[in-house]
Amino acid sequence: MNKLNFLSPDKNNLYAYLYSGIGLFSLSILIVFLNSFFSLDLTSFLPGTISYFLPLIIGFMGLHLIRIEYSGIKFLDIINKNINTNKFNALLSLLIIFAVIKSLPPLLSWFIMDANFAGDSKDACSGSGACWAYIKTWFNRFMYGMYPNAEQWRINLSFIALAFLGGVGFFATEKFKKYLTLYYVIIYPIIAFLFIFFFISGGPIFFDFSYGIIAAVISIIIGFFIPSKFKMYYFLIIPITIYILLKYVFFYEELVELGKIQAFEWVETGAWGGLSLTFIVSFFCLIFCFPVGLFLSLGRRSDLPIIKYISIGFIEFWRGVPLITVLFMSSVMFPMFLPEDMFIDKLVRVIIAISLFEAAYVAEVIRGGLQALPRGQYDAAKSLGMGYWKMHIFVILPQALKLVIPGIANTFLALVKDTPLIFVVGLLEIVGMLNLAKTNPEWLGFAMEGYVFASIVFFIICYAMSKYSYNLEQKYKTER
Amino acid sequence: MENRGITFGYGFLTQESSFDVQFSLIEYDGSHSYFRAYLVGLLNTILVSVIGIIFATIIGVIVGIARLSNNYLIERTAAIYVEFFRNIPLLLQIFFWYFAALRALPLPEKAEPMFGVFFLTIKGFFIPAFVWNNLDIFIYSIIAAIIAILFVRLYAKKKQENQGIQTPVLSISIGLLIILPLLSFFLGGVDASVEIPVIEQLSKTSFTFKGGLKLPPELISLALALSLYTATFIAECVRAGVQGVSKGQKEAAASIGLTPNQVLKLVVMPQALRIIIPPTTNQYLNLTKNSSLAAAIAYPDLVLVFAGTALMQTGRAIEIVSITMLTYLTLSITISIFMNWYNKKIAIKEK
Repeated sequence: MNKLNFLSPDKNNLYAYLYSGIGLFSLSILIVFLNSFFSLDLTSFLPGTISYFLPLIIGFMGLHLIRIEYSGIKFLDIINKNINTNKFNALLSLLIIFAVIKSLPPLLSWFIMDANFAGDSKDACSGSGACWAYIKTWFNRFMYGMYPNAEQWRINLSFIALAFLGGVGFFATEKFKKYLTLYYVIIYPIIAFLFIFFFISGGPIFFDFSYGIIAAVISIIIGFFIPSKFKMYYFLIIPITIYILLKYVFFYEELVELGKIQAFEWVETGAWGGLSLTFIVSFFCLIFCFPVGLFLSLGRRSDLPIIKYISIGFIEFWRGVPLITVLFMSSVMFPMFLPEDMFIDKLVRVIIAISLFEAAYVAEVIRGGLQALPRGQYDAAKSLGMGYWKMHIFVILPQALKLVIPGIANTFLALVKDTPLIFVVGLLEIVGMLNLAKTNPEWLGFAMEGYVFASIVFFIICYAMSKYSYNLEQKYKTER
Repeated sequence: MENRGITFGYGFLTQESSFDVQFSLIEYDGSHSYFRAYLVGLLNTILVSVIGIIFATIIGVIVGIARLSNNYLIERTAAIYVEFFRNIPLLLQIFFWYFAALRALPLPEKAEPMFGVFFLTIKGFFIPAFVWNNLDIFIYSIIAAIIAILFVRLYAKKKQENQGIQTPVLSISIGLLIILPLLSFFLGGVDASVEIPVIEQLSKTSFTFKGGLKLPPELISLALALSLYTATFIAECVRAGVQGVSKGQKEAAASIGLTPNQVLKLVVMPQALRIIIPPTTNQYLNLTKNSSLAAAIAYPDLVLVFAGTALMQTGRAIEIVSITMLTYLTLSITISIFMNWYNKKIAIKEK
């Protein structure tokens, strides 16, 4: 039997060290646990400072005793390798464990134990915990803003429909896969716009824009029967012709009357708000900023000096100013340059401003991908006789975009996180609604609950987005 | 524009502003001009950006290194911090600190002193201030120390190149930075006394602290939110940078007999910095631009003072918005030109 040397534990007498070490370690955790959950102070007989640091000292000794390399016990080795490699690491691990145990009870009591879930007025919240009744009462406002309660099914319906239509890509068969890009880039945004215009906003059934959509749909349907040789000319001429015919010849007189028919009650954009507005703004900005950014990045690498310098100037300008000043510009400065009788909706102005702003960031990200491609790719594409557009669409961009998925995802995340800023122009999405609810005299003093709620909502959205982008990145990863 | 009766011109900048600003680094009241109000806003923006950059860098580097730790608990804690704070909008974080967290602080009369001299209250953070005699000599001594450090560095580099001997530049620099200002106390007649904030009763129910330095809660919550938010991005940059140095480099350095410290200082860090600096610059720029969110909690920065109050009073939207945008543009371009220059300096010189 070897002598026990507690300063340098080794493999001899393994179990003696192990049991004493685990005992000390568990004791230290027990002390902290009892202290924090049941406010029992086991070490109160000791003087203040020593009593305070005792768990740390005991735990440190315990971890020291079980720090035995290659003990042959799998579990022990994993622990030693991960939290107990040396004295410093052991100390930090202990501190983190204690901090977690210490902070659990107050968090639990605030979130669940002492919180109030029921009730619909401030009086229901008497406990020291969170007042979730506040969130419950204001839930509709946080989700839909000032949108009339009776009409909120329109928003729900539109979002559910759009979610289904957006999910089409997952169920598409091989045959339709090649049309998916077209669908997502052009058709889906138009459908989304129509949903939002007709259902959420309650716009008139026939408005100027709708002739264009009818024209486009008709011409696409006829387009399937046109020989591919003439397709390009066809799509250049026919849609415009149909549009003009529809607007000025066929329906002119009747539709002046028809245009005034509304299926739903009109809800102006000022009343929109809450999380649904966050989604609407983010969605359209995402859709618009990507193509603009793509063209800007191509423009920045163009051989034509005018296009090149305009793109550089544009990108650097938007990247150099904060979004809040851009929104200021769109709300106070931009209307001055418009003709007097012209009025552009606040929401539209905001969406344009945010899209242009984020487009500059998207452009820089895509440029990074373009620069990362070896010159050989360009040369190879050119040697096959491809022109500028063909080369970019079929060879360069698929590879470049694949490379920059994480960067684009980050920009999109930044965009979603920037949407609360629209409070500058008076549009109140979820954070803005929180600030409004906070100042309601009947519900004073629940700022914390509101912000925690919004934080959780945003965390879920952004975390899901970042995980999705990570999956996408893994899926399209190709060895080079 | 004409038919709306709007005139264009920058003459209003010299007019009397007749509004007051709560917190200002330079002397300012309503009788000063709009241009002075602009300067006040600009200085406040720069102040909060500098504080934010310093703290974001410190937290970011610590968290970035913690992310690389082989201790599972530390790595997870750092990862949770990063994931949590970067997925919540900055504006929400600012509101949280300002309206929820700092509002829970005690009133001045109930505030417990920290270390006897710091008072953290709902009205702000009161800290002791230094009262200087002959402050200029003290500043000269610091400048002299910095110049001396530059010379030492130059000398050390030459010595390293000619004889291959390392000089402990860091310890010499720290020594110089301590000794020269200390000398100024003994020889230059510099004298500093500490002014501790003392509670004072304004009326029956209203208390405040007199003396010392007051950091308003707006500044604290803004700086806190900015640094915690930006630190997550800097942490990721640091992690990517250190991971980007290939293992072979460290092994090669160790195989020619460098000590672990030397490996870190001479081989790993110079290469890691090359990867870390460009994205970190971007984060600094973002922080500076994000500081404009101050307007949401009424911290008197450039946007609030100039594009807010001054715009409301004068109604000169075009001039004021364009000046504000140009200012931010100039700030960002200055930082990016400087960082590009620095980046070029440390980049690998390829043949």
